[in-house]
Amino acid sequence: MPPLLELRGITKVFPGVLANDNIDLTLNEGEILALLGENGAGKTTLVNILYGLYTPDKGEIYFRGSKIDIHDPDDAIQQGIGMVHQHFMLIPVFTVTENVMLGVESMKGGIFLDRESAAERIREISSRFGLQVDTDVMIEDLPVGVQQRVEIIKVLYREADILILDEPTAVLTPQEVVELFKVIRSLVDQGKSVIFITHKLKEVLSIADRITVLRDGRVVGTTTPDEATEASLAKMMVGREVILKVEKEPADLGEVVLDVDDLHVLDDRHLLAVNGVSLEVREGEVLGVAGVQGNGQTELVEALTGLRQVESGRVVILGEDYTDATPRSIREAGSAHVPEDRQQDGLVLSFPVAENLVLNTYYESPFAKGLALQYDKIEDTAKDRVELFDVRTPSIFIPVSSLSGGNQQKVIVAREFSRPIKLLIASQPTRGLDVGSIEYIHSRIIQKRNEGCGILLISPELDEIMSLADRIAVMFEGQIVAVMPAVEATREQLGLLMAGVREEEPIRAEM
Amino acid sequence: MNEGKEILKDSETQEEEKRNILQRLFVRRGCLQAVLLPFLAVLTAFVIGAVIIAVSSPEVLTTLRTEGLLNGLGAALNLVLESYVALFEGSFGSPARILRAMGSGEKRALLDAFRPLSESLVITTPYIFAGLGLALGFRGGLFNIGAEGQLFVGGLASVYVGYSITGLPWYLHLPLAMLAGILGGALWGAIPGFLKARTGAHEVINTIMMNYIAFRLTDHLLSGPMARPDGLPITPEIATSAYLPALFSRPMRVHVGFFLALGAAALVYWFLWKTTLGLEIRMVGANPHASRYAGIRIAPTIVITMALSAALAGLAGTSQILGVDHRMVRAFSTGYGFDAIALALLGNSHPVGVVLASLLFGFLRGGAARMQSIAGVPVEIIRIIQALVLIFVAAPEIIRGIYRLKVAREEERVLMRGWGS
Repeated sequence: MPPLLELRGITKVFPGVLANDNIDLTLNEGEILALLGENGAGKTTLVNILYGLYTPDKGEIYFRGSKIDIHDPDDAIQQGIGMVHQHFMLIPVFTVTENVMLGVESMKGGIFLDRESAAERIREISSRFGLQVDTDVMIEDLPVGVQQRVEIIKVLYREADILILDEPTAVLTPQEVVELFKVIRSLVDQGKSVIFITHKLKEVLSIADRITVLRDGRVVGTTTPDEATEASLAKMMVGREVILKVEKEPADLGEVVLDVDDLHVLDDRHLLAVNGVSLEVREGEVLGVAGVQGNGQTELVEALTGLRQVESGRVVILGEDYTDATPRSIREAGSAHVPEDRQQDGLVLSFPVAENLVLNTYYESPFAKGLALQYDKIEDTAKDRVELFDVRTPSIFIPVSSLSGGNQQKVIVAREFSRPIKLLIASQPTRGLDVGSIEYIHSRIIQKRNEGCGILLISPELDEIMSLADRIAVMFEGQIVAVMPAVEATREQLGLLMAGVREEEPIRAEM
Repeated sequence: MNEGKEILKDSETQEEEKRNILQRLFVRRGCLQAVLLPFLAVLTAFVIGAVIIAVSSPEVLTTLRTEGLLNGLGAALNLVLESYVALFEGSFGSPARILRAMGSGEKRALLDAFRPLSESLVITTPYIFAGLGLALGFRGGLFNIGAEGQLFVGGLASVYVGYSITGLPWYLHLPLAMLAGILGGALWGAIPGFLKARTGAHEVINTIMMNYIAFRLTDHLLSGPMARPDGLPITPEIATSAYLPALFSRPMRVHVGFFLALGAAALVYWFLWKTTLGLEIRMVGANPHASRYAGIRIAPTIVITMALSAALAGLAGTSQILGVDHRMVRAFSTGYGFDAIALALLGNSHPVGVVLASLLFGFLRGGAARMQSIAGVPVEIIRIIQALVLIFVAAPEIIRGIYRLKVAREEERVLMRGWGS
């Protein structure tokens, strides 16, 4: 019997990039195929071709042995191929039912929307696949994990048999990932087939039936979770041995560089997002703040870096009061900030690499003399930093938007780490990055720590916190619910604390 | 570890080189299209303009009906040719006449022969100033629709200093009058800038409102406080010491302002791309979030951007008063400030682009009158051609479709976006 879906010799060239190079891929009925690869390896391009968003330059697609043409997403849906995008395509002010039926509306009497029959079908799908959702709620009132369920329901509503999930876990909490995996299993149990795109090794090993690894637009190989290990997959992805474990010496503590005292901060809706946080970071240590996203970490960092007003409390940096100081004065005090959203806050995407490398120091000597920018100095510095931090870019003059996510982050790291800093506030420094870039950025952070910089690391990734931090603080609903030395922390214990479960005996707080 | 990296680099060198070449080609294609698209937009607008000229002519239609298709097409072709030749001669001057005048060597004949060219440059001058103002605003992320009003206020301020002060030497009086125009415009733009920075009020709404205030303010001042002694709604003539000197004698009206405008274009380029403040303005325009992160104070930057944009618009009015009109009448600007929006878009908000776009619009408007008198084609056709140019520049997909151009970078095409982005 021919495989359900077969891609043969798919090639796609973008100006300057060979995104897919003669790719062969097979999907069997009822299996979970993981498509693994670093960012820029060509995974998304490949599935966009499959979904009809791009036309391949070469290659053919076979469905149950016969050749098919997919020109646009409508063709793909006709063939039973559905896609859940990494960024959701939902309208926040519409209800779940309205979002699902959008584009394939059922009608009453030809002109009136038949919400009831649509809702009925949604409930059917929902109970069949274990996708609990309330059909009458507005999307904007739903947590991200449930929004994703709506996206999956949308695809099933259109009677897809092949589901493509593009990095579905990138936005989810650990608990939501577990839920999602249950759903995926129930999908294949009932005859659906799934293509699962990711660059996370643990996930691949726990969910996939087969794993196809892409690198630089080519298929490197196909394996199964039984044959593969995290290390072997990482090697296939990156093309060399990867050090997954961060090696570091015990912390050599110095002076207090950041002292936060009973900080209260409001969020955009004027609700209390940070509710009495006190913490301390010393020279030469990494304080990791673990926590599910949306528990006040963003507001905490913004308050510490001068981007958000403090309601009450005190922020002391290197012994001086910097409560409600400007971002510039905080930076000039000797601190650096790697922002959570690099494309929104950390870079000006349309500006060249060179200008992004001096984005917050452009007015200082030697980059400016009075009003005049010294472009020769800026360019020399940019060339040095690109070299030193291994930023892969064809030129320092092209817009930073044309760099891969990993290289964009390296631009930020190069800019922030090149200064003599005593305090580093890094918010999700490896979000969405591939294994190679994560390894690199982790090693740079540890290097800064060893040089005596104090580091506040905020991340929802437990692996990251556990491998980098010397002490771990857990944030839940705007409060630090526990602080402990990293060596004493376990995944289970942290997971419970992140979920808001307090243990019977109080956790020893090391403040 | 380091060795490993070296080896990796070696194996990738060839790949990287291949990519570099492709990258350069892509960059070139991007640049090429930046020039090619506006050019094709203008060309296409002229072709469609020709069709409109033909079908809106009763003579052509009559010929078509009575003498058949071939003669009708011939008549259409004749009319279009006649119109565009007249347009050319009206904007640049007639080559035959220029040659004759140069042969004769007579000063009067020469001045007459070059007069159309001079008139086109007279129109181009305020276009450049106002277009630069809009472009600077766009670079800072602000849509300054109030250029027309700022132009009026700049004109009012400069004309007042021009006629009320007498007895100053020109090297004091002229700069003073110009400074007044600059400040008048800047103030008029700084107000909506301040409102935006302080309250978040949208500058598009507020600059439009400021336009109305400026127009009515002009009406009021010209019909009373600043009116000529005989009561006509015209200001007194400015002192000759405040004139922007003409480059030639009458009837050539082109004045020093044209070169000042070119100088302003160079200055704006230097300011936006070579100074810290220019970088700040562009950064706030491109990404306010990152600007805040980088320590830029957004509110003052918005006010400064609006003031500078409006100062340039004010200069457009000033140059018209001090260089051409020498007094102010109610309708002294015929939409220069509004056309400036088109100029900045057409010129891709780049000073060089703005100068080229201003020359195009200046020469089109300069030649329109002759086209009407010679070929009987209404001047409004020029407005239609200008509008078509703008449509094609604003919707480059049309041009790409007609001429089968590829998109410079396929990835840049936004296929889908999340809500609110």
